[in-house]
Amino acid sequence: MDGKAHFRNVALLWLVANVIMVPLVVFVFGPGLPPGKGSVEAAGQVTDNTVLLAVATPVALAVLVYMAYALWAFRERNPEVIVDGPPIRGDASVQFWWLVVTTTLVLFLAGYGTVRLLADGSGAGQGPNPIAIPSPPKGTTVLPVQVIAQQWEFTYRFPTYGGVETSNLELPENTLIEFNVTSLDVIHSFWAYELGVKADANPGVNNIAYVTTKGPLTFHVRCAELCGVWHGYMFNSGEVVPRAQFAAWITQQRVQYAPATRTLPPYSKTYFPQPLRRGG
Amino acid sequence: MSAQAKRGVFTVVALVAVCAAIGLYIGLYLINVPGSVAATQTATGDHLYLATVPAAEVSDPHNTWVSYYAVNATSTVWRHDTTFEVPANTLVHVTIYQYDTSTGLRNPFFSQPSGTVGSVLIDGKPTSVVNPTAPAHTFAIPQIGLSIPLPGANSNAKNLCSNAPCSLSNAHVTVSFTFRTPVKGLYRWQCFVPCAAGFIQGNGGPMQTVGYMGGFLKVV
Repeated sequence: MDGKAHFRNVALLWLVANVIMVPLVVFVFGPGLPPGKGSVEAAGQVTDNTVLLAVATPVALAVLVYMAYALWAFRERNPEVIVDGPPIRGDASVQFWWLVVTTTLVLFLAGYGTVRLLADGSGAGQGPNPIAIPSPPKGTTVLPVQVIAQQWEFTYRFPTYGGVETSNLELPENTLIEFNVTSLDVIHSFWAYELGVKADANPGVNNIAYVTTKGPLTFHVRCAELCGVWHGYMFNSGEVVPRAQFAAWITQQRVQYAPATRTLPPYSKTYFPQPLRRGG
Repeated sequence: MSAQAKRGVFTVVALVAVCAAIGLYIGLYLINVPGSVAATQTATGDHLYLATVPAAEVSDPHNTWVSYYAVNATSTVWRHDTTFEVPANTLVHVTIYQYDTSTGLRNPFFSQPSGTVGSVLIDGKPTSVVNPTAPAHTFAIPQIGLSIPLPGANSNAKNLCSNAPCSLSNAHVTVSFTFRTPVKGLYRWQCFVPCAAGFIQGNGGPMQTVGYMGGFLKVV
């Protein structure tokens, strides 16, 4: 069998493998990819992960199919015969198409990622001057929520509700949330997994991330930046609830934390270096 | 025995010794858990008596570090353990003798006690909030929403305690409260005042070392 026949066989096998695997990736595995569809941005990340996996699948299959074919077709059937294989020489055509295909794939992925990031920020921290600001659902306004990280707990401040600060996080459903993430000490990272939100919490910096909530949901918050001895314990959970329930909750928080609210500094995008107190 | 055989035996013995040493190291690491102090059974229920001091005992390897201690009701018996064992789903009464002076909170949010059953008493007075500059330390278990500010002792007092053990005759503030323990498990507690003098942000040393300003609540 000559080289062209081998190439034809490999190409045919690769095509068959793709016909089977790509739909499986897109329609079976894709919807179950992290982080789930708990928010508009999280659902977008599931789509992005599916696209990435679907693009990577033909590449992986090319490697695997060729490897399996080579093991079968090019093995020495007579173990008594030990001879060198033919010397490997460059092939301008193969090299050209290799460059064309891989360059196209990489540029496509770079372009796709950029477009997706610019669309709504994909739930990522965008620094103090975000450029990808999603539109709030019709008839609603943006709800700003400040995330204050400190060793080793996240607290949350609501500037539109009297600046009350809470230790738990509840959010209204179908609402655009503007997370203003900052830290009082070292670098932390606010990671609300099911919401698809991840934003570094830096002292002296306001890192803004947007998320549009969907229906009721329990989500988990973790610190994603190694921040000291209790980093592994710096977690809690939050809930997306119906708007009426959120209204009742925030009212109750304002009453419960009224004494603490009176001691808080005025709402600010950052609090570093004030208030800053050091031991000794 | 030939020289080659001797080399072989030596290699095997050395290999076994190295493996045994590694196994011993890992084994000791796994079984080395900090000592714990069980809540005291009293007529009114389970009671934890704790103390906070400006510096650990003179004999402590870190005798300049602030620290928590487990003590008895009269502050006469001191143990340097910060794992506290309490029964699950139970009201536990806590009394903390606070011998350190104020540092102040970095986040004034923690100036309000939360997560207790009933009032928090500071030197016998029910308290809903303290001045954010007043706390020397806090006792907080974030997983169950418990947060208690511990105001500092009068810094002008003549009888301030320097190193553990301290006595009730030293200047101190007594903070008492009750909380309901959660389900069985291991919960961490910590101080939220950046009280580690001499460390960057006041959060190094004793704040980063289990056994000083942090530990576990072992709910059984």
